[in-house]
Amino acid sequence: MGTYFKNIWEGIWTVLVGMKITWSHLFTPAVTIQYPDVKLKLPERARNRLYVNMDDCIGCDQCAMACPVDCITIETLKSTPDVDLGLTSVGTKKRLYVPRFDIDIAKCCYCGLCVPPCPTECIKMTDVYEFSEYERNNLIYRYATMTPAEIDAAKTKLAAYEKEQAEKKAAAPPKPAAPAPARVPVGAKPAGVPAAKPVSSPAPAPVDPPENPENKS
Amino acid sequence: MKEFLIDILQNEILVYVLMAAVPLVWIIPFALFAVWWERKISAHMQDRLGPMRTGGWHGWAQTIADILKLIQKEDIIPAAADRKLFNLAPYVVFVGSFAAYAAIPFSAAYVGSEINIGLFYILAVSSFVVVGLLMAGWASNNKWSLFGAMRAAAQIVSYEIPVALSLLAVVMIVGTFDLQEINRAQSGYFWNWFVFQKFPLLFVAATIYFVASLAEVNRTPFDIPEAESELVAGYHTEYGGMKFALLFLAEYANMFAVSAIAATVFFGGWNSPFGDFMSGPVWGLFWFISKGMAFIFVHMWLRWTLPRLRVDQLMYVGWKVLIPFSFVIVLGVGFWVMLAR
Repeated sequence: MGTYFKNIWEGIWTVLVGMKITWSHLFTPAVTIQYPDVKLKLPERARNRLYVNMDDCIGCDQCAMACPVDCITIETLKSTPDVDLGLTSVGTKKRLYVPRFDIDIAKCCYCGLCVPPCPTECIKMTDVYEFSEYERNNLIYRYATMTPAEIDAAKTKLAAYEKEQAEKKAAAPPKPAAPAPARVPVGAKPAGVPAAKPVSSPAPAPVDPPENPENKS
Repeated sequence: MKEFLIDILQNEILVYVLMAAVPLVWIIPFALFAVWWERKISAHMQDRLGPMRTGGWHGWAQTIADILKLIQKEDIIPAAADRKLFNLAPYVVFVGSFAAYAAIPFSAAYVGSEINIGLFYILAVSSFVVVGLLMAGWASNNKWSLFGAMRAAAQIVSYEIPVALSLLAVVMIVGTFDLQEINRAQSGYFWNWFVFQKFPLLFVAATIYFVASLAEVNRTPFDIPEAESELVAGYHTEYGGMKFALLFLAEYANMFAVSAIAATVFFGGWNSPFGDFMSGPVWGLFWFISKGMAFIFVHMWLRWTLPRLRVDQLMYVGWKVLIPFSFVIVLGVGFWVMLAR
């Protein structure tokens, strides 16, 4: 009987204690942040939307290689020697056109791994986090600044230049072959003797690989 | 009010329709307001803000937007449900809670029907709600709904006894079931209210009534018929759109009905707490509604304070605590009234 009344008394008393607590919270200022109206300041170095400063991009593809989810797609186009693409803000000479630099931000996992490899610090994570879209394709950000016409012009120019170079090479084969023996010790002997022979001959075949980088660039 | 309306309208039927429409005109804005109020109170008790955007000032139009949405919603009836009962149940529930308003004295000048068994009528007709709840739970053909309905029935049947007994204590003092008479017996200053009479017997009776009425309207901590965490939503799991709105409306109407009875029987009804100061039919309406709303606030306050009782605990509180205590009070008040005569 004693515990019965004690339980009732404790029941009433604890209800009153609870009511006192909730009453005091009724007048405690709310902790809610009314998001679209009030926005919290993001911490320094918060990782949100990626931004690429195309003026500084040298098309090195390092960020695309670092990306764990492959959300960056870069295409580059060689420039001809007569074109000056300018310098980046850190003084690197730009040698490549970048006709395509796409970031599929829907795939991005905001890891920030693409930022440190960039030699010119042109890719970075900003504090912009409101970029929802109604179309999924709108989330593919195209940072390339070249217009299709410019790309076409660059392509035809490059093709013409390469053709010219190939013709030049075909016309004057000894020229590229001459320094080859000096740089390539192996196979120098066979290369040096039949120097007059054009590239098509099977003999200088071992010499070809070291020559290749020079031909291509 | 009735005589006055008959005088100016010269049409008795029209007057009766008007008189019956008054509580309805009160219930709907009240429910809209109370839902918003509850959301704000719950939010602030949890250090949140609650609805803030709809309508501008503190989201006051949120529930209006909600009800407009509910009206537009598709009316879905589950394939396995008993269509007739399923459709009928919300109306039965609402009629049950609306019928109680017929005898509730809103003011000295207005009571839907001034009958000398007003309190008795309210107790009887509010049990009608259980039929509707059982109907809803059974017709839904859903185990959660049925569980909820069974629990609601068990709970309401158990708690009707302490409700009736605690009200009986007051009825013994006044000697009538007429709610207007009970109001008039408490006129004067607030110490004439029955809650402060025959101290402490009627104070305990008022507490018992309040706790039991909380259980009767299925509010936390006695909300096991709805028990979101166990039964999805209890008996109204399968309801949507306007029918759900009607069940919800009935729930809030019930809340106000039990609060109004508590205010009338124990807290002086439409009487001003300060004698003749601010008294009269219109002030009476003001006092009555403020007292009712104060109880509604306590309902909400308790809801956001206490956890839900288990079924066995619910039965313990009902049968082993409230009923013996209310018997003791009925006995005590009976002796007091007899000996003091």
